[in-house]
Amino acid sequence: MKVLVPVKRVIDYNVKARVKADQTGVDLANVKMSMNPFCEIAVEEAVRLKEKGVASEIVAVSVGPTQAQETLRTALAMGADRAILVQTDQDLEPLAVAKVLKAIVGEENPELVLMGKQAIDGDNNATGQMLAALLDWPQAAFASEVVVEGGKAKVTREVDGGLQTIDVNLPAVVTADLRLNEPRYASLPNIMKAKKKPLDVKELGSLGVDTAAKLKVVKVTEPPKRSAGIKVETAADLVSNLKTAGVL
Amino acid sequence: MAVLVIADHDNATLKDNTHKVVTAAQAIGGDVDILVAGTNTAAIAAEAAKIGGVRKVLTAESAELGQGLAEAFQDLVVGLAGGYDAILTPATTQGKNFSPRVAAKLDVAQISDVIEVVSPDTFVRPIYAGNALETVQSSDAKKVLTVRPTAFKAAAEGGSAKVESVSAPAAPAKTHFVDQKIVKSARPDLGAAKIVVSGGRAMGSAEEFQKVIEPLADKLGAAVGASRAAVDAGYAPNDYQVGQTGKVVAPELYIAIGISGAIQHLAGMKDSKVIVAINKDPDAPIFQVADFGLVADYKTAVPELMGALG
Repeated sequence: MKVLVPVKRVIDYNVKARVKADQTGVDLANVKMSMNPFCEIAVEEAVRLKEKGVASEIVAVSVGPTQAQETLRTALAMGADRAILVQTDQDLEPLAVAKVLKAIVGEENPELVLMGKQAIDGDNNATGQMLAALLDWPQAAFASEVVVEGGKAKVTREVDGGLQTIDVNLPAVVTADLRLNEPRYASLPNIMKAKKKPLDVKELGSLGVDTAAKLKVVKVTEPPKRSAGIKVETAADLVSNLKTAGVL
Repeated sequence: MAVLVIADHDNATLKDNTHKVVTAAQAIGGDVDILVAGTNTAAIAAEAAKIGGVRKVLTAESAELGQGLAEAFQDLVVGLAGGYDAILTPATTQGKNFSPRVAAKLDVAQISDVIEVVSPDTFVRPIYAGNALETVQSSDAKKVLTVRPTAFKAAAEGGSAKVESVSAPAAPAKTHFVDQKIVKSARPDLGAAKIVVSGGRAMGSAEEFQKVIEPLADKLGAAVGASRAAVDAGYAPNDYQVGQTGKVVAPELYIAIGISGAIQHLAGMKDSKVIVAINKDPDAPIFQVADFGLVADYKTAVPELMGALG
């Protein structure tokens, strides 16, 4: 079974995003960038499926600038077999990314698309579900367990108030939630090996996909700041303060 | 103008999130309809019909809708989309599950997690874990939005909208429900609770989390939350997670115990009315947003707090 794993290069998880003074966006100049954490979980799950003998090939794909090659090399070092960069300097909306991924699915014919539920920059939580809709494939979003067997994936999903298990016929789109696994660190030998794995670069324009923006960013601002209150000395002080504030 | 709001319910009762999304719909303007899709829809629709200013309530009943299958919701909502200029869904896990499919089928953008309606085509939403707010203007003829319920006041009751049933879509051929484990709890729902008590990684174990956080929550009639670090470490289940990748809450009182205050956690609770932090590290970032901070080890502070509450 071939598994396609879309990955995104985003601001590093530990870096605090700062809004640009001109309100046009978030300042990403000289900021550490990494693979989106949910994408790492998706890569890890694909590698585990390969280690179990369920997946035969893992293709990582990214849609982004030339530097996204580094993100793809990370996926290759974790265990993906080859990588595709759809190169563009445009900042694409989730629907446009889903359309690009649909075109890649058409070329690669994977039986499973395994991807993160959400990127920590745009926080849209939409691309996987949109891809499933465009392909008319079943989806299992927010997966915390994936078992592939007999042409189906049995997926346990994080839902409001608990867990739900569904069966989806393959091919399908599965999006990874936090508890699916703990991604491995790539070892130095694997990082070296990853440099020799194939990485194919395509220009976005060569796919013939309409990626025009549907939203105009009017401005990006800082959220209102909450100021620190007071320190209390004892639990009893705390309770009396809360009573005064009318919340107890 | 007409706006369709997808109701939040558990196939038994209507959830308050619905009232809040109706408020967002009213800010867009025009006629507001509510869709109740699932099972036991007649009783839920009767509750939805009482929300003030609602034109009508539509019901669609099937087992697959009751199971929340995204493919079934997609077919139903896309089928109804012709009559609406905007489709608003609460940004719950269920809303996030199907709403992007609806947007993709309509070939429009989804505007996720809307916290403010500026005008019928312009909306504000948090990005970068709430470190920035993005104002976007949509050029799509139809708007598909998920709405963060905590950002809107619940619409008042007092209406008497008519209820109409619409036909449910065919069962999805390629997706099948297996089972569901919903944790039954006597505690209030995390998203709707007036008080939330949350524990962090300082708890050190699931046993300690249960021993410290849960009795305090029960004493206060509060819901239980957790930081991502505590969930990651296995001290608390994922649906307790408060933060940008978990639940966003805005209770009257939020008590953070042994939580350092990572930015992604703050994104999930900083709109609470009053925030209390109990942490032995005086430099923990959580104190920068707390109205009342108690620098103390939770091991002594929580029993004292229990005592002080009487």
